[in-house]
Amino acid sequence: MVDDRFGVTAHEGLDLAEVEHALERLAGLHAEAGYAVVSPTHLFRAELMLDLYGEDIRGRAFLFPGGGGGEELCLRPDFTVPVVLAHAAQGWDRPARYAYQGPVFRRQEPGSTRPVEYLQAGIENLGAADAATADSQVFSLTLKGIAEIGPEAIRVTTGDLGIPFALLEALAMPARRRQRLRRHFWRPARFRGLLDAAVRGPEAPSPRRADLIAALGAPDPVAAVATHAAAAGEITGLRELDELVSRAERLAGAEAEPPMPAEQAELIEAVTEVAGPSGEALSQLRRLTAEAGADITAALDRFEARLDALNRSGVDAEDLSFDAAFGRNLEYYDGFVFEVLAEGRTDLPPLAGGGRFDAMTRQLGAAHAIPAVGAMIRPEAALLARRGAA
Amino acid sequence: MTRLTLGLPSKGRLQEATVAWFAERGVTIERLGGGREYAARASGIDGLDVIMLAAGEIPRELGAGRIHLGVTGEDLIRERLAGWEDRVDLATEMGFGHADLVVAVPAWWVDVETLDDLDEVAEAFRGRHGHPLRVATKYHNLTQGFFRHHGVADYRIVDSQGATEAAPKNLSAEAIVDITTTRSTLRANHLRVLADGLILRSQANLCISRVADWSGRAHQRLRDLAARLALKDW
Repeated sequence: MVDDRFGVTAHEGLDLAEVEHALERLAGLHAEAGYAVVSPTHLFRAELMLDLYGEDIRGRAFLFPGGGGGEELCLRPDFTVPVVLAHAAQGWDRPARYAYQGPVFRRQEPGSTRPVEYLQAGIENLGAADAATADSQVFSLTLKGIAEIGPEAIRVTTGDLGIPFALLEALAMPARRRQRLRRHFWRPARFRGLLDAAVRGPEAPSPRRADLIAALGAPDPVAAVATHAAAAGEITGLRELDELVSRAERLAGAEAEPPMPAEQAELIEAVTEVAGPSGEALSQLRRLTAEAGADITAALDRFEARLDALNRSGVDAEDLSFDAAFGRNLEYYDGFVFEVLAEGRTDLPPLAGGGRFDAMTRQLGAAHAIPAVGAMIRPEAALLARRGAA
Repeated sequence: MTRLTLGLPSKGRLQEATVAWFAERGVTIERLGGGREYAARASGIDGLDVIMLAAGEIPRELGAGRIHLGVTGEDLIRERLAGWEDRVDLATEMGFGHADLVVAVPAWWVDVETLDDLDEVAEAFRGRHGHPLRVATKYHNLTQGFFRHHGVADYRIVDSQGATEAAPKNLSAEAIVDITTTRSTLRANHLRVLADGLILRSQANLCISRVADWSGRAHQRLRDLAARLALKDW
């Protein structure tokens, strides 16, 4: 079955020469700023993407069998992973700045008119010790690129995922609860459900669970849990009995966890809801956390240092729109995040976006997280927006 | 289009039940060539051609508009036809082919009763075994959608086209998603359905393609057929 969508790319309605010209101008900007051109592969092992994003990536990227060893391959949905891997092949621990251009491939929802193939032109700044300066430089260079090829009327949103993570770290709570909240921060509805459940406190266990926890109280808990489990069904599979015993211990521990104070849940929600001009947002975050006695000074100082760096590079940082909830659907970022939209063009995707992803470098194999921040522009969307505005 | 095409499942039980369902409503479907030939004829209504197709292929044929009508399970429509709502109307449930699509885990996992439990265990499992918890199924899309909706993130689908219940014992997966009618096969294989693990209650449906050629007399013929079959809203 041939699907109509596969004929649709973001080039539609654009003059090819116009697109090439825009790419050249962006390449010029990136070269001038000291970013070295890289051309990573289009295809790489799907395993990497599945490890990073889980099965959900299948809904967003093209994965298919075809590797020599029978493994699945992935058609790059963005440049970040391929560029970082190309960097790693030469050793992680060295500062580097890369610029890239080329097509990316995205699976779209059925019925969507969004392109399955479109161009990205972007930069990755790896290993820069001064995070504030690197963040500011990547941001300014991206806005410069939009000014070169995109519309005048843009709307910029920024966020900082380091702030909610620092807050979860700073608040006193059982370790398991903190881990659960961190893990599900990317799924706001689930996160909210976890907060509500934590405030309500432990619920009456099901009969099966009550039996399991009771078994832990036996003179030989491991034997008692084993008997209980074996009575339910043959013990087979890769998961082993001791894994069930440790989980049972954790469950018993959770039963004993004190409920989360309502003020703590409210603080977490209040912090993730802060939105407004950056200057005001920073003061509000300082006030909120100070009143609650939650020390996230280091994270807020980083926010402030970034605003200072942005000011130095000529951006009116105080007025830059900040939204603490922004980026909660972008699982690999863990610090500064931003996005550029064309004002009044809800028909167009974001023209540009990026952020900091230090933690991901560890997941990709670095011995320790290395500083990493990057951003991309979608030249076709930027050109369409400029044309619409003209 | 002057005639309608109905896709009839080629498989025994589903076909018999379909033929009986139509017969009760005054439409006789008989197989040609003494039952060995994959061809059939409808009588009792004008302008209806019947072709035989594997039940699993009927969603695709409906979605491509190559048949006007088809009989298949709701599970197969939802699994195999991306954006099915725009292409196919589940016109009526036919009261047979019942099957529940469920998430099941080894019964001895007494600590896992809900999807939240499964999610927590998946996290610990990956730490211990160095790879994600695996879910054996042939329902890749429905599994993905359901798990995403319930916030289960860290797992890997392993394709299983048959004997899925054996996957945990064979060490090819830790949990399964499969259809079950009485759950007895699950029990016999020492598996238990999670308390919130019901993905879909499926049964055979008479489906109408929204994208087939409805020009000419086709639409009037559909109205006549719908009246004969007492389909609501048609």
